[in-house]
Amino acid sequence: MQTAAQIPHDVSYLDYKGKYKGIFAWIFSTDHKRIALLYMFSMMTLFLVGVALGLAMKLELIAPGRTIMGPQSYNAVFTVHGVIMIFMIVIPGLPAVFGNFMLPIMIGAKDVAFPKLNLLSWYIYVLGALLVIASVLFGNGIPDTGWTFYAPYSFKTGTNLLPAIFGAFVLGFSSILTGLNFIVTIHRMRAPGMTWFKMPLFPWSLYGTAWIQLLATPVVGITLVLVSLERIFGIGVFDPTLGGDPVLYQHLFWIYSHPAVYVMILPAMGAISEIIPTFSQKHIFGYKAIIASTLAIAFVGYFVWGHHMFTSGMSGTAQYTFSILTFIVAIPSAIKVFNWISTMHKGSINPDIPFLWAVTFIFVFMIGGFSGLVLGALATNVYVHDTAFVVAHFHFIVFGGVGFAFFGAIHYWYPKMFGRMYDKAWAKMGWAFFTVGFLTLYSPMFYLGMMGMPRRYYDYLPEFHAANILSSLGSWVMAFGLVIVIINLFRSAKNGPIAPMDPWHGKTLEWTVPSPPPVENFDEIPVYGEKDGPYNY
Amino acid sequence: MENATQHSDPHYDQEASKLGMWLFIFTELLLFGGLFLVYSIYRFLNPEAFRLAGEELNLTIGAINTIILLVSSMTIAMSTSSLQKKNKGLTIFLLEVTIMLALIFLINKYFEWGVKFDHGIWPGSQHLINDMSKGEILFFGLYFVMTGLHALHIIVGMIIIIVALNKVQKGIVNENRPSLLENAGLYWHLVDLIWIFLFPLFYLIH
Amino acid sequence: MEKEKHHIVPYKVYFYILIALITLTFMSIGITKINLGGYSVLGALVFSTIKSVLVLTWFMHLKFDQPFLRFMVGFVALLFFAIIFITFLDYYYR
Repeated sequence: MQTAAQIPHDVSYLDYKGKYKGIFAWIFSTDHKRIALLYMFSMMTLFLVGVALGLAMKLELIAPGRTIMGPQSYNAVFTVHGVIMIFMIVIPGLPAVFGNFMLPIMIGAKDVAFPKLNLLSWYIYVLGALLVIASVLFGNGIPDTGWTFYAPYSFKTGTNLLPAIFGAFVLGFSSILTGLNFIVTIHRMRAPGMTWFKMPLFPWSLYGTAWIQLLATPVVGITLVLVSLERIFGIGVFDPTLGGDPVLYQHLFWIYSHPAVYVMILPAMGAISEIIPTFSQKHIFGYKAIIASTLAIAFVGYFVWGHHMFTSGMSGTAQYTFSILTFIVAIPSAIKVFNWISTMHKGSINPDIPFLWAVTFIFVFMIGGFSGLVLGALATNVYVHDTAFVVAHFHFIVFGGVGFAFFGAIHYWYPKMFGRMYDKAWAKMGWAFFTVGFLTLYSPMFYLGMMGMPRRYYDYLPEFHAANILSSLGSWVMAFGLVIVIINLFRSAKNGPIAPMDPWHGKTLEWTVPSPPPVENFDEIPVYGEKDGPYNY
Repeated sequence: MENATQHSDPHYDQEASKLGMWLFIFTELLLFGGLFLVYSIYRFLNPEAFRLAGEELNLTIGAINTIILLVSSMTIAMSTSSLQKKNKGLTIFLLEVTIMLALIFLINKYFEWGVKFDHGIWPGSQHLINDMSKGEILFFGLYFVMTGLHALHIIVGMIIIIVALNKVQKGIVNENRPSLLENAGLYWHLVDLIWIFLFPLFYLIH
Repeated sequence: MEKEKHHIVPYKVYFYILIALITLTFMSIGITKINLGGYSVLGALVFSTIKSVLVLTWFMHLKFDQPFLRFMVGFVALLFFAIIFITFLDYYYR
């Protein structure tokens, strides 16, 4: 067994020369920080593809009738956009990138509990992504079911769906293994003296997330297996002509896919809970309340799946139950917002780039949350179900929530990850364009949905034209902001000014190690004393 | 992997690998849980058809397979005890018995499925679709999926046990580092646990 | 980390558990032979539950493990029943 003494403590993980050279030093590395960057670069590539598809849809909708594509292409584009964005970007997003990078450092560990398994998760992720790409490039026709693969169309369509379904199944495995790794890491590898209630909130949110990943993902796994078997053999479980019930597919699918929304948003909330106290230089308000609400969201979020199915012909009893549970799950989210605002109250606020992203997160998350209440109420849901309103709602939550938190997190932890600071003027401009573009893109869709424009059509009635033009313009402004943000981050990784160890005066453990961190993070494992805590300002 | 130097903890954390295995078991339980959910809904909707179709299954083979799995669960549990008692020979013997029992289970399953195929019953077969009610189609669909997935787990379990056996022989798994054998045991008990519920739900419908 | 104490279970305990499991298997076959109407499923599942508790406690060593694992096994079981219950709110009242 190699001993730790052989690894130099003053060499950063970026400069470390291991056994392998070039790209192999990355794809064979079991260092959690390198794996995090592997995830980040693969996600960035896929994200740009997803964004391009989204822009294509908005361009199609700039005028009624056929603009750049016909109905079948449009169906394929929103399917691939959904599959990429949901399964490859927002579900693994924060846990795989910042969870991998920061979790061990924040709890004072040298790595995750199972480093090889961690690398394996990334390989599985890449395999899943390749399978989905294969379903687009090969076979007769690009999948056109939407990312939900609803039965019975998913086994009736002639398009090349099997690789996509199998890809989603494989991506689920990657997610399960990451969750498993994080739970064991948090249980076994916290620094001495760091009790559960001295753990920072981002690890806490990852802990809640990991449990959902572990306990919900297998359900969709088996569902996707059943759909594939239905398609290959015709076993009958979801086929009404053979006695199956397609609504049962929807139940099974959303038993996973609703909790998956909390897989996306909980780590985002965790990152916000780190950024807000640092930039307010104040102890987080209601530390235990935030933990309790994290666990409550993870738990109650399990039992609300039916609110995706209010128009599916479900029984009335089930509808009331799901509606009530949906309202209940809004409470812990509101508790978090309250705590963030209270943390800022009377703090010494430093309105730097990460803070700007964080407060914008709170703003768009609240719009998304309130529109969620409209959808959670039975009467209004029936009215706006399957309209652009729903599209606006979940983009405010999933893209607004996760996206803003992701960019907040990357601007927050960037100096730690790369040891350099980005150009703040450009970063601020990117944020401004992105925010304005985002709101211009999605806000009109609330209006369009209420006026009755259905989702998932390449065409619309002339009366919806004006709002659609506005929305398409917004998509360009947002994309422009995105380009600024990404180019700025890329350029600064090489040329930015050297960042100090603790540029934001944060108090969590990651700010006590050099930027970028050495291979094993800590020379000596830190010890938490009686009076120490993550937010002692 | 070779570059074990890159990461830190050279400690061997038995509790961590046990916890990891349990978390994986939870995942597996919910994987089958999804199938049990489907089963319970369709049995509720088609009680009479499920009873009729259930009579096609051979209770004797089912019961024999149940006992085989229970015995194999005991032998692998005993092997962890004998490893701790530093009785390497007995450990190896018990693991070999477990593998043999698993093989017998699979052979029984093979003949059981074979009989169904001879009667023209397989997923999507003409006989099933033309001559049987929708409830019976669902019953057999679920029967093949659930026992098939279970058999797949038996095969995976056998591979894990063979790897563990190999490492016990080489002395890599020993009384101080028993995790691999213990985890193989846990996985095998999971397979047993699932069968404990599959058996009454498919073979004992009256 | 200190090394947790490891409990070695005697062989005969495993053997007794096996006898109990086989007896319960025959009892569950027996109870479904009696005509209990809708309750025969329930009867068979009760026996299965007892059997699975035996497997979990003794074969899977939960009796000697940290309480957290026992708690989580119970939690996962409850979660599963809650999911079945809520799904039946749809099918039972449809």
